[in-house]
Amino acid sequence: MTVFEKPKSLTDAPLHYCPGCTHGIIHRLVAEAIDELGIEGKCIGVAPVGCAVMAYDYFACDMVEAAHGRAPAVATGLKRAMPENIIFTYQGDGDLASIGMAETVHAATRNENITVIFVNNAIYGMTGGQMAPTSLPGQVTQTSPYGRDVKTVGYPIRVCEMLAALDGPAYIERVAVNNVKHVKAAKKAIKRAFENQVQGKGFSLIEVVSSCPTNWGMTPEKALAWVEEKMIPYYPLGVYKDKDKEVEA
Amino acid sequence: MTTRILIAGFGGQGVLFAGKFLAYGGLMDGKQVSWLPSYGPEMRGGTANCSVIISDDPVGSPIVSKPDVLMVMNLPSLDKYEAAAVPGAKIFVDSTLIERKVERADVSTYYIPATRMAQESGFPTLANMMMMGKLMRETGLGGNHIEDALKKVVSAKHADLFDVNLKAIRMGYDYQEG
Amino acid sequence: MQEKVLMKGNEAIAEAAILAGCRHYFGYPITPQTEIAAYMAKRMPKIGGTFLQAESEISAINMVYGVAGAGFRVMTSSSSPGVSLKQEGISYIAGADLPALIVNVQRGGPGLGGIQPSQSDYFQATKGGGHGDYHLIVLAPASVQEMADMTVKAFDLADKYRMPVMLLADGTMGQMMEPVALPEVKTAAVEKPWAVTGTQMKRKHNIINSLYLNPEQLERTNFERFERYRKVERDEVLYESYLMDDAEYCVVAFGIAARVSKNAVKAAREAGIKVGMIRPITLWPFPTAALAEAAERVKGFLSVELSMGQMIEDVRLATSCRRPVALCNRTGGMIPTPEEVLEAIKKLSGGCEA
Repeated sequence: MTVFEKPKSLTDAPLHYCPGCTHGIIHRLVAEAIDELGIEGKCIGVAPVGCAVMAYDYFACDMVEAAHGRAPAVATGLKRAMPENIIFTYQGDGDLASIGMAETVHAATRNENITVIFVNNAIYGMTGGQMAPTSLPGQVTQTSPYGRDVKTVGYPIRVCEMLAALDGPAYIERVAVNNVKHVKAAKKAIKRAFENQVQGKGFSLIEVVSSCPTNWGMTPEKALAWVEEKMIPYYPLGVYKDKDKEVEA
Repeated sequence: MTTRILIAGFGGQGVLFAGKFLAYGGLMDGKQVSWLPSYGPEMRGGTANCSVIISDDPVGSPIVSKPDVLMVMNLPSLDKYEAAAVPGAKIFVDSTLIERKVERADVSTYYIPATRMAQESGFPTLANMMMMGKLMRETGLGGNHIEDALKKVVSAKHADLFDVNLKAIRMGYDYQEG
Repeated sequence: MQEKVLMKGNEAIAEAAILAGCRHYFGYPITPQTEIAAYMAKRMPKIGGTFLQAESEISAINMVYGVAGAGFRVMTSSSSPGVSLKQEGISYIAGADLPALIVNVQRGGPGLGGIQPSQSDYFQATKGGGHGDYHLIVLAPASVQEMADMTVKAFDLADKYRMPVMLLADGTMGQMMEPVALPEVKTAAVEKPWAVTGTQMKRKHNIINSLYLNPEQLERTNFERFERYRKVERDEVLYESYLMDDAEYCVVAFGIAARVSKNAVKAAREAGIKVGMIRPITLWPFPTAALAEAAERVKGFLSVELSMGQMIEDVRLATSCRRPVALCNRTGGMIPTPEEVLEAIKKLSGGCEA
């Protein structure tokens, strides 16, 4: 009896992520959603620059590796050329909310019919732990060694709240993967974001509040607790925009 | 033979359009042609000009800095380009808008009260085409294909403007200084 | 042959691209090339294509990257400052071996510069432009007809060699109208088994990528790419030779500068100076062999450019500095007159009139 199976939409390549990193969970949730919707054959993923840069080796569908922050523009090109295909981006906080903010906002406001998976772990992981646009006030990083001082470097950006203010996007939700209950909710949201695209509803973004034990300097367990105690209060979970609901209301 | 024509005036007077019409006339005469506009902010209300070259040989530089034929529709253009014209050049002046005369003695001059005539004829925006009619007659450029060339530049969407344009061109073509 | 129509250079590029099968255009407004975007905005929706005004040049080139990765013919156009912004994306396109067309209708620089014609992006276009080891094929049309023909050729070359091609024009070429017979395009469908179009569960996944963390692998990839570049250098050089048979002096100029120079060469001939012209049509690959051969026979070269002198370095390299190479240039949006070029020819030939 099989008790545990790898989703078909993941390759056999071993993940390079650090122990305790939640990218692995999120990859799996994305792959499960693709499997369950039976869309792998027409899926094209766009990998970012950041920790998930090599996601192109992990997802079994066709993949494109984009320049830093440009994944939504690359996805726009792919979707415009092949409207019947399913296009998703997988991006971190530096990629999506700092260097690629313009691409993010404009893909959202055009309501590009794509799916964006946004992994927010409040730090630049791949380069070794620098301050991210989503680092919390007071958070110590390599480039905010005395803690993020909002007086000099400003406040964290709440991407979901900001994008929800636009008329364009179809669906915006923030989830987390720090416990089983949250993982289940995250799975549902991610699947919904792909379904929306299949149904032609438009731009769907799922922000996944994630952890980075290595660069936060914590054990994996403590990092998950930090998500609950520090991250989620600043980045409340929930649906921020749902055009379906707006129609009903 | 190569004829270099410079057409200049205010933005909005239709100098670029007149130049394009002339270039088509040259093309239909079986000549090599080029048309080069000034471009940029001056297009929106400032001075505008275009270079048209009509030649038996392939056109080299499309820029006209020493015109064989000069058509001017405002004073700044005459001030600017009079000295640049080659000896023996033909200079066409809208005498409604330009009160002074051409000072050079080594050129042929043609004064057409085009803006006044256009206003009196009920098509005040077509002084450019009236000037062009005269230019075509006196230079022999494009005059054999006026209707065909006009069809090329008046879009189907504005076909109603064809007749008045033709009328303006003919009026200029037939105009004799009294 | 099709009837000749008067078209602006910018419009000729746009229509020729459509004839070549390009159905995807991404751009951002900038003078003096905006007619291309305007033309595409009108035409693309009527033929089932994409016109998208991107939020930036950076986004536009990355949209191009996406479509090129999917194997479709795609283009963007801009002018100098905008092309600088595109360089990152162009480097990725080259690094991922994707075919695409980038049009640069140059204006004066550096910085915001001006909006009048220039050729001062020669270095940027021919030496790489962005980061890393790569080349673009660079085509320099000198007439509106060539703008159309070269656009079609650009797409063919891009597909043939799986590399980005740049059409390097300038404000004059973009804005001027000349008669054009639109090219009749016979393009065979190009197989692109590498494209990301969805696996359909029938093949292993394709990956469009320029990342090689293993230096041996990256080196190997670069060497292989340059093998391809050697083929381009061998097979794709284009230039026009004008009155070179008995020439004692050789003008080298491309694009609008070549148009002006042709007048000057004619005038110099009338004045009894045996001068000819070599007009590079491909700026990369540069017509090195033609210039080296000319260096055997002529006494000197004159590089005519709308820049502070950029191509002149390639002329010197091609001729191994065996003959003097003089420069006749204007910059910042100014264009040399035929008289200025004639003077420079006279000076070079030592035939200054008393």
